[in-house]
Amino acid sequence: MSTRFFGAPVKRNEDRKLLTGQALFIDDVELPGMLHVAFLRSQVAHARLKHIDVSRARKRPGVVAVYVAEDYGDYWQPCPLLVQPPPIPGSTFNPRTQVPLARDKVRYVGEPLAVVVAESRYLAEDALDDIDVELESLSAVVDIERALKSSSARVHDDLGSNIAAHVHQMKGDYRKAAANAQIIVKRRFRYEHGISSPIETRGVVAHWNARGQQMTIWDTTQAPVFIRNGLAAMLGLGERQVRVIAPFVGGGFGPKIMMFYPEEVALPWISMRLNRPVKWIEDRLEHFVATTHERGQIHDAEIALAADGRILGVKDVFLHDTGAYNTYGLTVPINSQCTMLGPYVIPAYDSTFTAVFTNLPIVTPYRGAGRQHGVFVIERLLDLAARELDIDRAEIRRRNLIPPDAFPYNNEIIFQDFAPLSYDSGNYEPVLAKALDAIGYQRFLKEEQPKFREEGRCVGIGIACYVEGTGIGPYEGAKVQVQANGKVNVATGIGTQGQGHFTSFAQIVADQLGIDPSDVDIVTGDTDQFYWGAGTFASRGAVVAGNAVNEASAAVRRKALKLASDAFECAEEDLVLADGKVSIAGIPGKFIRLGELAQRANPMRGAVRPGTEPGLESTQYFGPPSGATANGVHAAIVEIDPLTFELKVLRYVVVHDCGTVINPMILEGQIHGGVAQGIGNAFFEKLAFDDQGQLLNASLADYLLPTALDVPRMELDHTVTPSPLNPLGIKGAGEAGAIPVGAVFAQAIEDALQLTSRKIELLEIPLSPSRLFELTRQEGT
Amino acid sequence: MQPDQHEIELTVNGTRYRRTVESRMLLSDFLRHELGLAGTHVGCEHGVCGACTILLESDPVRSCLMLAVQANGRALATVEGLASADGELHPVQQAMHAHHGLQCGYCTPGILMTMTAYLTEHPSPSEDEVREALSGNLCRCTGYQNIVDAMMDAAARMREEAS
Amino acid sequence: MKPAPFKYVLASSLDHALALKAEHGDEARFLAGGQSLIPAMNFRLARPSVLIDINGLTSLAGIDRPEAGQVRVGALMRYRALERDGEFLRSCPLFADALPHIAHPQIRNRGTIGGNLSHADPASELPALAVAMQAKMRIRSAAGGRTVAASDFFAGLLTTDLASDEMLVDITYPVLAPRSGACFMEVARRRGDFAIAGVAAVVTLDEERRCASVRLALCGVGETPVDAGAAALPMVGSRVTGESIDAVAAGVRELIAPSGNVHASADYQRHVAGELVRRAIRTAHQRISHAA
Repeated sequence: MSTRFFGAPVKRNEDRKLLTGQALFIDDVELPGMLHVAFLRSQVAHARLKHIDVSRARKRPGVVAVYVAEDYGDYWQPCPLLVQPPPIPGSTFNPRTQVPLARDKVRYVGEPLAVVVAESRYLAEDALDDIDVELESLSAVVDIERALKSSSARVHDDLGSNIAAHVHQMKGDYRKAAANAQIIVKRRFRYEHGISSPIETRGVVAHWNARGQQMTIWDTTQAPVFIRNGLAAMLGLGERQVRVIAPFVGGGFGPKIMMFYPEEVALPWISMRLNRPVKWIEDRLEHFVATTHERGQIHDAEIALAADGRILGVKDVFLHDTGAYNTYGLTVPINSQCTMLGPYVIPAYDSTFTAVFTNLPIVTPYRGAGRQHGVFVIERLLDLAARELDIDRAEIRRRNLIPPDAFPYNNEIIFQDFAPLSYDSGNYEPVLAKALDAIGYQRFLKEEQPKFREEGRCVGIGIACYVEGTGIGPYEGAKVQVQANGKVNVATGIGTQGQGHFTSFAQIVADQLGIDPSDVDIVTGDTDQFYWGAGTFASRGAVVAGNAVNEASAAVRRKALKLASDAFECAEEDLVLADGKVSIAGIPGKFIRLGELAQRANPMRGAVRPGTEPGLESTQYFGPPSGATANGVHAAIVEIDPLTFELKVLRYVVVHDCGTVINPMILEGQIHGGVAQGIGNAFFEKLAFDDQGQLLNASLADYLLPTALDVPRMELDHTVTPSPLNPLGIKGAGEAGAIPVGAVFAQAIEDALQLTSRKIELLEIPLSPSRLFELTRQEGT
Repeated sequence: MQPDQHEIELTVNGTRYRRTVESRMLLSDFLRHELGLAGTHVGCEHGVCGACTILLESDPVRSCLMLAVQANGRALATVEGLASADGELHPVQQAMHAHHGLQCGYCTPGILMTMTAYLTEHPSPSEDEVREALSGNLCRCTGYQNIVDAMMDAAARMREEAS
Repeated sequence: MKPAPFKYVLASSLDHALALKAEHGDEARFLAGGQSLIPAMNFRLARPSVLIDINGLTSLAGIDRPEAGQVRVGALMRYRALERDGEFLRSCPLFADALPHIAHPQIRNRGTIGGNLSHADPASELPALAVAMQAKMRIRSAAGGRTVAASDFFAGLLTTDLASDEMLVDITYPVLAPRSGACFMEVARRRGDFAIAGVAAVVTLDEERRCASVRLALCGVGETPVDAGAAALPMVGSRVTGESIDAVAAGVRELIAPSGNVHASADYQRHVAGELVRRAIRTAHQRISHAA
C-alpha cells in the first residue's frame, strides 16, 4: 500500500458543494405538502402543570393540529437512558430522563409543553399565543450547593434529594501522601462551560410514507444509527422501516448527539398521525434552552507535594450541575475526574463527585465534555504549588511528567468507556519542550516581560498541559465498494459535522486502492447506506471509523488483487495496484481497471464460487479495546489593559501529539476551532441565569461567541507518538484545542497583572474584564 | 386577519422573479423557501451571526433583517451566483478551498458574500482590516485563521484577475 | 422567530407616512433601516400592526449645510453613507470615531441615523454624540413640526420625546469649532457590541489655550445618554492638565448611575466610564494640539 495521500494536506472533497450553496442541510429539505412545527415551551423553570387549553389554537386558520402530552397516549414515555453509568463500585446513580412533552411538572425554562402543526412556521408561531397554560410555580433549584440542602425544592419529587449521582474513585493512598508532603495546597475552583452554539441550530424533518410503510427522518444528529433504532422501537416499526439521514450538519460539538430530544420524538409520530411530512427547525432563541448545555462544577481540591515539586497525591471533591435530567449518564463528570490526572505521575488520587439536579437545561457533553474542568483544577493547583515551592511553572510540570518508558500507563480509575483509564502511549517531555521553545518562555520571562513592565504594559505568559482520552469504542464500521465506473463508494454509520470525513476517509481508501481521493465518494449518516454504528463524539470519528475504513479498503484491495491474479493467471505478488487499475509489474500495458474488476465480481453468468461473495466490496468493523490518549501543551502571551481589563492575546502556541496524522490541514483546522471555542469559554461566553432559572442572555448579541477580532493567530506544532491500539496509530484530535485554554488564560492573566504579589488568585472560568475588575478590587481593598 | 399580501418583482443573481408574498415574510425565508436559493443560510434571525448575508445591489446586508417585500425592484446576489456559469469558482471560493477556510460550511455562504463585497471595495487590505471586515460573520468551526488567510489570498487573486 | 402579522405600507411621501402614523398611532411603526426593529419583531417583542416603510423617502436621505457651522443630516441617512462621506467626518469628527463601533458593516449598510436615535437605546453611540454635540432634532407630524434639543429628545429607556404621530426627520449638528478637538471611545465586550460604557468628548480651547468648554456625554451607563458636561465645568478657564482631567473623571464617576448588566457590574461600568473620560478628554485635547 502506498502512502501518497495518508499524511498529506489533501484539499477537501466536500468543499465545492458547500462553497456553491449546493450542500443539503436540514432546512433545505423541501417535500410536497410539508407542514411546519413549533413548540410551546415553559417560561418558568419549575412549576406544576395544572392545565393546558389548546382549543383556541386548534381553531386558528392554517393550524392543522395541536398536541399536548395526553395526546401522545402510550407513545408518551420518559426517554431511554442514553449512556449507562460506568460500573464503579459504591456509586449512586439516579436516572431521570427527559419526557417528550411535559405532563405533570415542568423542570426547566424551555421544556416543551405543547406542539403546534401548521401550514407554515409563521402560522405555527402565531398559534403558540393562543394556548393557555395554567402553572403553579415552585421554587427553582438553580444553585448546586443550595440544591443539596434539605430545605431545597426537589427537581424530581420522587427522589429524596437533588442528588443525581455520587461517585468515588481512588488510586493509591492519599492520606499517606498528604502525611508525607512538604506542602499541601488547597483551594476552591469554579469552572463553567457554556453552550456549543453551532451556527446551524438543530432540526428534524419526518416523512411517513403510508403506502410504503416507510419512515424517513432527516435529523441534525451526530448519531443517526441510534436515532433509527430508538425511534423504530418507540414507533412500533421495524428498524428496516426507518431511515435516518443526517445530511450536511452545520456544526455539532457534542449536543447534537443527545437523544432523544423531545422534537425528535414528536416529529415522526406527528407525520404518521397526519400522514404528511413535517419539519421543525430550532430557532436561535429555542437553541439557548432546548439544546443541551454544558455548565458548572465547583471543586474543593488539594495537592500534596514533596519539596522538589513532585506530586505525591491529589484529592478532589466536586459538585457537578447535571440540569433537569441526566440522560447522558456520568460522561461529563467522569471526564472531569479522569482528565484531572493529566500527563503527570500522581501516585495517589482520591476523587469524589456529586452530580446535582437543577431546574436548568440538560447538561451533556460539549467539546471537551468536562475535561476542561479537570485540566483547570490540576493546572491551577500546580501553579499555586510552584509559587509556594519557588519552582518555575514550566519546571514543576516537567518534573512530574510521566516518563516515556512508563507506557502503557495505568491510572487505575475507570474512564467513561467503562475501561480502566490507561494511557496507551505518549512522550510528553518533547511536547512541553517544543511549546516552551516556540513561545520563547525563558526569553519572555527574562528579557521581554521586564521591558514590558518598564513600559507600564501588563503582559503575561501562561502554559498548560493536558491529556485527552479520545477514540473510545464501542466500534464503527465501513462498507467500501468499487463501482463499475471505477469510483469507490464508502459508507459509514457515523455522522459528520465539518470534520472533513469526506476527505480524510477518502485518503485512506485512495492509498489502499491506488486511486485519487477525489474518486472516493463517502456517505456518512444515512442508515440505509450503512446499518451499524455509534456516532461522532469523543474525538472518535477518525480513530474508530477511520480504522474501519482502512480495514474494509484493505479487504477490497485483497479481493481486487485476487480477481486480477485469476484474470491474468499470475501471482498476486506480481501485481501493482495504482492509478485506478491493476497491472502486472514491469508490463505497464497489461492492466485491468478497478471498475472492470468490479463488474467481473458481479457476473451475469457462471457461478460465484463457495466461500466468495459477489461485488468488489467489503464491510469491516473496528472496535478499539479502550481509548487512545492524545496530549498537548498550550502556551499564550496575553496583554491586559490594567485599567479597563480588556485583553489581547499576543501569541498562542499549541504543540500536540495525536498520533499518526491523516490530514495535517484538517487537523490544524480542528485545533484552531477548538482553541477559538476555548477562548470563548475562558473569556467571553457565560450563561447568565437569574435565581429563577431564567437565562438572561439568550441571544447571540448577549451570549458572546468570539469573532475574527477575538481569536488570535495560532502557531501550531506537533509530535507523533502512534497509538498501539489501532493499526493506523491514530489518536483523536477534535477536542484537544478547547481543553486547556481556561487554565492558560487564568495563569497568563495572573502573570500579566502580577496578581500573585497582591495575593489575588484566579480560580474560576469564565473570566471577563468586569470580573477581573471585581476580583482585583475586592482583594485590593 | 387576512394575510397582507404583496406582489413583488426582483432580480437575484441576474434572474428576474415575480412572486406574491405576505408582508411579514423575511427576505431570508423568501430566498430559501420561495425561490429555492437555499445556499443563503439562517443562523440567528436577529442579525448577529451573518450566515444570511447577501448583497443588496453591491452592499452586504443581513437577509434576516429585511422583509421580502422590501426587496421589490431591487437586485440581489447570493452565493449561488458567485461561480461562473461554466462552474469555475470565484476567487473567494477558490481561496477558501485552498486554505481550508470552511469546516461544516454553514457560515460559509455569508462569509463569501461579505468577502466579495469588501474586496471589491478594498483590493489590498491588511490582516487587521480583513479581521475587522469578517467580524460580523460568526464561525464556530475554524477559529477564523484559515478564513483570514483565504481572504488575503482572495484579495491577491482578485487583484490579479483585475489586472 | 418569525414576525407576527402586520400590514405593510410603502410610504409614497413624507406626508403620506405622517398621515398613516397619525391614523394608526402607536399601533404603527416606521420602518427605516429595520436593524433594531426587525430583530425585535422576529423575537415578537415588537408587534406593530402597521409597518410604514419610509425607505422610499429620498428627501430624508441627504446631508446639507443649512447655515455656516452646521450640518443637517436626514433621518434616513445610513451609517455607511456617513462613513463614506469624508467631508462630513471632518466636520463632525466624533462620527469618525463612533461609526466603526456600530455593529458590523452589514448592519451599517442598512441602519439609519434617524432610526437609531428614535430607538433611543442608551447603550448606542449616536444618542451620546447627539447630546455631546448639542444637536437639534427636527420633528414632523401631519399637524406640523417642531425642533427639540438632543438633551430633551431622549426621555428614558428606549423612549423619546416623539409623540405617537411624530417622526424625527433630520438632525442638525454644529461642525467642530476652531481650536477644538473631539474624541469618542468605548469599551464593549466585542467590536460592534453595545457599549459597556462610551464617552464622547469635545474640548475647545481659548486663544490662550485655556479650556473654553468641554462637552461630555456618555452612553451605556444610564437609561438615556448622560450629559456629563457639569462634571467638566471645573476644567473651564484653566489649562488642561492631567490633574484636571482626573478630577473630571472622578466627577463623572460620581455623576453616573449605571445599573450593571450581564456583561458588566455597575461598579465596573462606573470605573471604566471614568477611565474612558480620562482617555477621551486627553485624546481630544491632543488632537487640538496636533491640528494647531
